[in-house]
Amino acid sequence: MAARDIHGPAPPWGDEFQVIGKPHRKIDGLAKATGHAIYADDIQLAGMLHAKTLRSPHAHALIRSIDTSQAEALPGVHAAITGKDMPVRYGVIPWTPDENALAVDKVRFIGDEVAAVAAIDEDTANAALELIEVDYEPLHAYLDPVEALERSDPLIHDTKKQTNVSKHVHLDFGEVDAGLEAADVVVEDDYSFHGSTHAPIEPHCAVAQFGADGLLTLWSSTQITHYVHRALSSVLEYPAQKIRVVQPCLGGAFGGKSDPFSLEFCVAKLAMKTGRPVKMLWTREEVFYAHRGRHPMRLHYKTGARRDGRITAIDARILIDGGSYSSFGLVTTYYAGQLLTGPYDFPAYRFDSTRVFTNKPPCGPKRGHGSVQPRFAFEVQLDEVAEKIGMDPIEIRRKNFQGSNTETVNGQRVTSNGFDQCLDKVETASDWKTRRGKLPYGQGLGVAGSMYISGTNYPVYPNKMPQAGIQLKVDRSGLVTVFTGGNDIGQGSNSVVAYLVAEELGLAVEHVRVVAADTDLCPVDLGAYSSRVTFMVGNAAIDAARKLRAQVVEAVAAAWEVAPQRVRLIGGHAIDLEDADRGIELREAFHLAEEKFDTLGSTGSYNTPTLGGDYRGGTIGASPAYSFTAHVVEAHVDTETGRITARKVWCAHDCGRALNPMLVAGQIEGSVYMGIAEALLEEHDVNRFGLHAGPSLLDYRMPLSIDTPEIEAFVVESIDPEGPYGAKEAGEGPLHSSIPALANAIHDAVGIRLRELPFTPGKVLRALREKQAPAGTESRAAERV
Amino acid sequence: MLRLPKFELEEPATLDEALALFAEHGSDAMPIAGGTDLVPNMKHRLFEPKVVVSLARIEALTGIRVTSGGELEIGAMTTLADVARSSAVQERAPVLAQAASLIAGPQLRTMGTLGGNVMLDTRCQWYNQTHFWRTSLGYCLKKDGTECHVVQGGGKCVAAASNDTAPALMTLGATLVFQGPTPPGESKANLREIAIDALWKADGIVNKHTEPGEILTAIRIPAQAAGHRGAYGKLRDRGSIDFPLFGCAVRLDVGTDEAVTGADICAVALVARPSHVKRIEDELVGQRVGSDDFASAVGRVAELAYKQCRPMDNSPGDADYRREMVPVYVRRTLHAAAQGAGPVHHV
Repeated sequence: MAARDIHGPAPPWGDEFQVIGKPHRKIDGLAKATGHAIYADDIQLAGMLHAKTLRSPHAHALIRSIDTSQAEALPGVHAAITGKDMPVRYGVIPWTPDENALAVDKVRFIGDEVAAVAAIDEDTANAALELIEVDYEPLHAYLDPVEALERSDPLIHDTKKQTNVSKHVHLDFGEVDAGLEAADVVVEDDYSFHGSTHAPIEPHCAVAQFGADGLLTLWSSTQITHYVHRALSSVLEYPAQKIRVVQPCLGGAFGGKSDPFSLEFCVAKLAMKTGRPVKMLWTREEVFYAHRGRHPMRLHYKTGARRDGRITAIDARILIDGGSYSSFGLVTTYYAGQLLTGPYDFPAYRFDSTRVFTNKPPCGPKRGHGSVQPRFAFEVQLDEVAEKIGMDPIEIRRKNFQGSNTETVNGQRVTSNGFDQCLDKVETASDWKTRRGKLPYGQGLGVAGSMYISGTNYPVYPNKMPQAGIQLKVDRSGLVTVFTGGNDIGQGSNSVVAYLVAEELGLAVEHVRVVAADTDLCPVDLGAYSSRVTFMVGNAAIDAARKLRAQVVEAVAAAWEVAPQRVRLIGGHAIDLEDADRGIELREAFHLAEEKFDTLGSTGSYNTPTLGGDYRGGTIGASPAYSFTAHVVEAHVDTETGRITARKVWCAHDCGRALNPMLVAGQIEGSVYMGIAEALLEEHDVNRFGLHAGPSLLDYRMPLSIDTPEIEAFVVESIDPEGPYGAKEAGEGPLHSSIPALANAIHDAVGIRLRELPFTPGKVLRALREKQAPAGTESRAAERV
Repeated sequence: MLRLPKFELEEPATLDEALALFAEHGSDAMPIAGGTDLVPNMKHRLFEPKVVVSLARIEALTGIRVTSGGELEIGAMTTLADVARSSAVQERAPVLAQAASLIAGPQLRTMGTLGGNVMLDTRCQWYNQTHFWRTSLGYCLKKDGTECHVVQGGGKCVAAASNDTAPALMTLGATLVFQGPTPPGESKANLREIAIDALWKADGIVNKHTEPGEILTAIRIPAQAAGHRGAYGKLRDRGSIDFPLFGCAVRLDVGTDEAVTGADICAVALVARPSHVKRIEDELVGQRVGSDDFASAVGRVAELAYKQCRPMDNSPGDADYRREMVPVYVRRTLHAAAQGAGPVHHV
């Protein structure tokens, strides 16, 4: 039985936290800032070979034959592999295994992996790729999701129903039609959300070593060590006990490193084949092809509300362009509907979402997986509802606030909920009441709200074991080492674990060492996705530390011959609460405990309580705690150039207890940056040939510092009853409502409703023309002349 | 990361040594100045020179000086950062300082050079891509292919001149000094000085008239009229880094009575060569800057520019939008020049 202990939000010792709630550095911050941190590409092993991937130049084609003989004959080449070497299919979601490490019989997008070569250096490997002959039979390529929905010849995948539909979900809660009938106002419209990608600063990289003892070690820039471990065993048809997966320091992921990837299988296979270590580092272009980014969605929403602002029903229909493989698509299709049911309460909700395959780079989870797109559509629609009934946009959101300790229309349990405080914060900080609707033409304020999960109780493969595990080991020097399977992807999860253990044991943070994401050393954790790490790994860390603490306290109490209640671990010491002169260093306290209990150590774990609605898919999106966010954006529109500037963004995020407020603020700022980026600049798409429209950091327009709005972050601490000391997620939630808040600000500025992302200047000008802006009121404040 | 093709790097310390290397290696050799354009282009296998001749160590190619005749002479290897912050350039050729200040980003401007920007290869979304990408496309007219993807069925490459300094220098009437190999038996330096307007040809594959083996050594900007004013306007998506989606340079000569005595506008990022907007002096000369009549004339000039400038799908993004911005940027840049302000840029 996995631990489901509720540790409670209170400090472990007395009334005050020693570590928690304070702005500590990340434990690996200095190593990263000084260049000492070891990333996958920093790994150099004796005799190491370099591998490269041959990719498909066709968007959709059958492979008639592949001839690698000339490549293998090239001096310096050690091995070449194709799909035949690894025919077992995989997929991060075990119900949809539709990927191969290398294409077996067909390719499904330009960039799909076809063969791999290991050679003495990258240049030789690249030269060898040129010598591989592939005979393709091109097929019709689907670039339009509507066509993929309507046409099934040819099929992209050999699906059960013989269509190009990847997943369809239809769920109905309450009386939707009656709710819309009873509404005083109904707003119905189409919305469109484009694709965007993660673009982490570190490209994917993997290194494999195959030892004489048969141990296969893979170092990979992954955010889910455990699933990679499982997938490697399955695809390589090699026992998992003989495979070790390690995640070195990682340079950003944002969801883009959540799937098992071709390069991981290829370096492993090539290492096994050659007996030499093998590294593969993807180019930036290859990272764009690997993608797994934001799904483009076409959304149709219909919202009914009464004159008093209360929502009566929501009806949604969503077409999701999944690209060429399933990836997390099953979950995406659910999330697109399931995660809309907060922070507002409404009695009726229906959604119908369909994900189709197309011949484009595969989509997957990007920060705010599946729920950023519906949130945009709905929050823009809610603004329009408010406009129609003449209600302030913040007020309508307050009016529909679901409150805490409630259940959503789709059966999700909501515990702590500080959304009302989030609204208060951004309303005050933006001077909303005196400025909204009253700024000069061309300037405006907009608001939006959102909710997100702190992990989900749906493990991607069904099992009742803990979702997170921790082991602690005590050294006689006074150092405590934490072993966690959690993946620190730059968000600081290893630091969070160190803070929690330090707090529980009264240790300085620098006396806690964290060993993470190594399947040989660390207990299983399901990885860094769905904003689960702080909540789940954090709870497991408290669980383990509390067990160790009890032993230390008991040993000290016994040595002092006092009741354990008198012993407190604080500031690196064990002290007697009733005798100020008595105290020993924690190191000595650990010695007493080791004498009494033998070698010290403890384990801790976390599993979610039973959650979710009692229907198929009811557990997908069911989270032990939800975070809440409100944004106000100030937008300036140059009505002559159509250029939008997000001048300032206020974001208040309810993350429960802020374990380190500095890291929370960093997550809020990063989320706002990313949200505004995809709203205004970034676009991940293919051209008319199915070729990526610009797979480089020059053509994929990520905003630069000069393009980034001023951001003011507010932390709202609703203190969750089940989170570690009351903490919830902070990494993904604060992205969601930035985009609709910007759209709503543009409406306040110039009176146009932008329903199609991204908000390019050309679209703004077209919308302005349609609206016929009042003459003589052009705003050109944004131009520096 | 993408690998560079193999090449020999030569680093001559003098111009003569450099010229000898070009004479020796002919078309197998390419010069490298700051490398900010050539290096990515080589990684994309757009150029695969066997010998790369660095001009970085040739001191004679660097520096900004004002001659006794009031002429500005800028060594081709002077960095864009130095051009942008030079008070001599800011005073005598503000349009050039402004254009240089908006090229790429701050780090790239400390490597990129004025000569390199003048000699920049034309750019196109179907061309400035990796070898794998271009292979998947089936190549294009500019390199290795027979089809143009900008103008379908088009027989002429329309890759865009994308150098911000080119239109600026054109409005200033700059000349370019090239030095070629000294013919046998001669002792005098083989110099060729041409008006920058004469450099260009309307061919996106190679948009410059150059002689084999010669090196651009200096850019000369004649003394401008007493009331010279200039400004540069640049349209791009981001506030830094990006090449122009449209660029326009403006020169206004203004008399003591504030009336315009001469004017020029040059546009870039349209087709293969930067070009003057025609017939603008008819509208502007005689107008007093800041007057209503001047504003009306500026409006008419913006319309002329709109008629003459047709952005194409050679750059990423929306060509219709770029065209719509032509009159806006021309008008704003003219007003900026008139006011002694600029550059016109969205951040």
